[in-house]
Amino acid sequence: MAATTEQALAPVPQIVARRVEPARTGWTSWVTTTDHKRIGIMYLVLTFVFFILGGTEALLMRLQLSQANNTLLDPKTYNELFTMHGTTMIFLFVVPIMAGFGNYFVPLMIGARDMAYPKLNALSFWLLVAGGLVFYGSVFFNPPECGWTCYPPLSSKAYLPNGGVDAWIFLIHLTGLSSLVGAINFYATIANMRAPGMGWGRLPLFVWTILTYAILLILALPVIAGAVTMLLTDRHFGTHFFDASNGGSPLLWQHLFWFFGHPEVYIMVLPGFGIISEVLPVFARKPIFGYKAIAAATVLIAFLGLLVWAHHMFSTPSPTVVLVFFMLASFLIAVPTGVKMFNWVATLWRGTIEFKTALLFCVGFIGTFLIGGITGVFLAVFPVDWQLTDTYFVVAHLHYVLMGGAVFGVFAGIYYWFPKITGRLLSEGLGKLSFWLMLIGFHVTFLIQHSLGLDGMPRRIYEYSDVGHLELYNLISTVGSFILGIGVLVTAFNVIRSAKHGPIAGPDPWKANTLEWFTTSPPPVNNFDVIPRVRSVEPMKDIRRQVERQMGPTEASPAPVAESAVRA
Amino acid sequence: MARSPATGRSRRLAFALLIALAALLAFAGSASAGIITPESGGSPNADEISSLYKLVLAVAVVIFVGVEGCLFYSLVKFRARKGAVAAQIRGNTRLEVGWTVGAALILVVLAAFTFAKLGDIRNPPNSGPGGLQLADNGTFFASGPTKKLPPNGRSLNVCVNGQQYIWRYTYANDCANAPLGSPFSYQQMVVPVETTVTLTINAQDVAHSWWIPKLGGKFDAIPGYTNYTWFKIPAKYAGTTFTGQCAELCGRNHANMTATVRAVTASEYEKWLDERKADIKAADEAAAEQRKQIEQETP
Repeated sequence: MAATTEQALAPVPQIVARRVEPARTGWTSWVTTTDHKRIGIMYLVLTFVFFILGGTEALLMRLQLSQANNTLLDPKTYNELFTMHGTTMIFLFVVPIMAGFGNYFVPLMIGARDMAYPKLNALSFWLLVAGGLVFYGSVFFNPPECGWTCYPPLSSKAYLPNGGVDAWIFLIHLTGLSSLVGAINFYATIANMRAPGMGWGRLPLFVWTILTYAILLILALPVIAGAVTMLLTDRHFGTHFFDASNGGSPLLWQHLFWFFGHPEVYIMVLPGFGIISEVLPVFARKPIFGYKAIAAATVLIAFLGLLVWAHHMFSTPSPTVVLVFFMLASFLIAVPTGVKMFNWVATLWRGTIEFKTALLFCVGFIGTFLIGGITGVFLAVFPVDWQLTDTYFVVAHLHYVLMGGAVFGVFAGIYYWFPKITGRLLSEGLGKLSFWLMLIGFHVTFLIQHSLGLDGMPRRIYEYSDVGHLELYNLISTVGSFILGIGVLVTAFNVIRSAKHGPIAGPDPWKANTLEWFTTSPPPVNNFDVIPRVRSVEPMKDIRRQVERQMGPTEASPAPVAESAVRA
Repeated sequence: MARSPATGRSRRLAFALLIALAALLAFAGSASAGIITPESGGSPNADEISSLYKLVLAVAVVIFVGVEGCLFYSLVKFRARKGAVAAQIRGNTRLEVGWTVGAALILVVLAAFTFAKLGDIRNPPNSGPGGLQLADNGTFFASGPTKKLPPNGRSLNVCVNGQQYIWRYTYANDCANAPLGSPFSYQQMVVPVETTVTLTINAQDVAHSWWIPKLGGKFDAIPGYTNYTWFKIPAKYAGTTFTGQCAELCGRNHANMTATVRAVTASEYEKWLDERKADIKAADEAAAEQRKQIEQETP
């Protein structure tokens, strides 16, 4: 591979080593590492553990709701469960798992040897661990019970005096710092450490989305950090920022929270979009349709995402002009999102599609996220939102967006990149089983929840009486959630088994387009001995073509001929 | 690519899609509320919201069928086969500009629908002839731009106050300075049919949200703020009780913070109000009597 570039022959300055430390092994090598790949793996494993925890919390809630007037859980426990579920999934799973993929793959995809600040990178990870520990420590005392939004006055000391809300505040601070430090690191890395020739127009789309993710984090996190600090001083140091009886404003919290909270949605889904944009062209054996439009749409979504926060607050006392502004701004965001959907479908059009598991998750993503996007338009129409907000319709919508948008993207990423991380392939059979269980389980769980909301069931209630079809709908949803849970466990089993016993993958099992496939699987500590010059948005295609020219067509099989496109 | 069979098949496919679409729309029209449309029927604003929802749903179904159709067609048609070669297309500016503009146009249409319906949803109408005869109370409410009154300025005002975990209703015009002895009730609001009822919504502890699905949307009750909405129940619902519950997490018993609205005729309402006034007066007098007794017993 090294022979593929002319730079290999250029003189290299001599480095004289006094002593070569043997590579560390054992658990201390993981605790002390600053290697972006090891940190990335730790991110992925830790966040997946949180995903399982958050999922277990969701299943407990579904069990409670499977019957009307159920007494399995008491209201306190139920409120704690939905607070922990939401907080875990958002702050300890989706946002940091994207940082995990970013950590592992951004340097590899841009041809860098590590992140710009390796030690800060380790700090990011360990701050996340600290945030998770502080939050889950509250399980042994009093977990918070104010929902992931923790609206005051409910979250004030008068109504929730125990330490649960404080644990939540510390989690927001610690994971926020973790993400902020990580975001600065991503930005510096992407801005400065790209391979020669990799201009902005040749940046892989996943890297574009991580760059946008980083900028959004930098813009949104300080606001929530300020807000939770104000909540902390309200609770313990005598201030009254959110206390209406002393001149404060509970609505101020909602504005600050959602000024962070809505960009957070795009922080979670944009990297998922990025993964889709990488995986689809590889298995359609076609270049991505409209690279520039997709990159531009990413940036535009992020910008508009900063201007729509009050659509979470349509039922608060607000002047009509405010409602109209936030409705129209939310409509605008549908345009670049729609453009992305069309571009993905157009990428499949006239391709030769290989139905590997990673591609299936991408397709599941497109089909599912479409529904989440469309129900988002319903919610943007504020008079309609007055009926739908704070009901199960919203619960369904947000899960179509975050499960369909982020989690299916994450699973596509897992199946696509696992061979690079471990050097071994995941089982395709188990992968497909997992996909179908997850897809069917997901839709059985959440499609019916739209009807639950339309039938009058508010969110965050621990029991309901059996009026209308509530009990039937809830039972269907509960059955679906367990199918979904089994689907997730199949992938977890697949990952654990294949890490030891999977077939050897080789450096480029998918005949992919981006630079991470140029190095061995798993990559060496320094990633690349030689960094190739990038001449297009698909450097690996160029390299394969070059190899083919030099070695003859028998050795390397070129991408467009779908030779491996058999019985998928 | 063989031209003729493909076009034949795609024509059949398009036809099947159209049939499915028509079936779905028919279903949307006839289906009972609470499955794919929101509940309505108790008040014109709820009905207007429901019809706006159906317009959005019609557009949504077309987009859904179109995009999912293209997706599944691509997956079936362009799956890898022996000898198939992927077309190396990198984009098509005209097409991309086209669907961007198309998406924007659809949203312009939706915004137009919303603006067309907005007045009827936001602004309360006059009470009907069978409703309660009301005094002019428009002048009381010059305070805020968000408070809407019927064109003739006459509505029956109810002050709705959210508290953990019950709703309190005070039947008074000026909620901030409701006169002593104003009739009130908890959990069940009693209102006359054919009468425009305006609600002034407050909370006294944490945030709550007022919601009776058949009578319109939610309006948050937030400490330190006042929210407003209205409803007008048709005459045929006299004797009906509408149910709803708090829609904003307000603590452990959030699930049990229910609300009901009982619609009665105007004369029944006046009778009920008099009874409430008498009951409250009697209870106040009894309490005063008890206080006097306690005072005498404990020197």
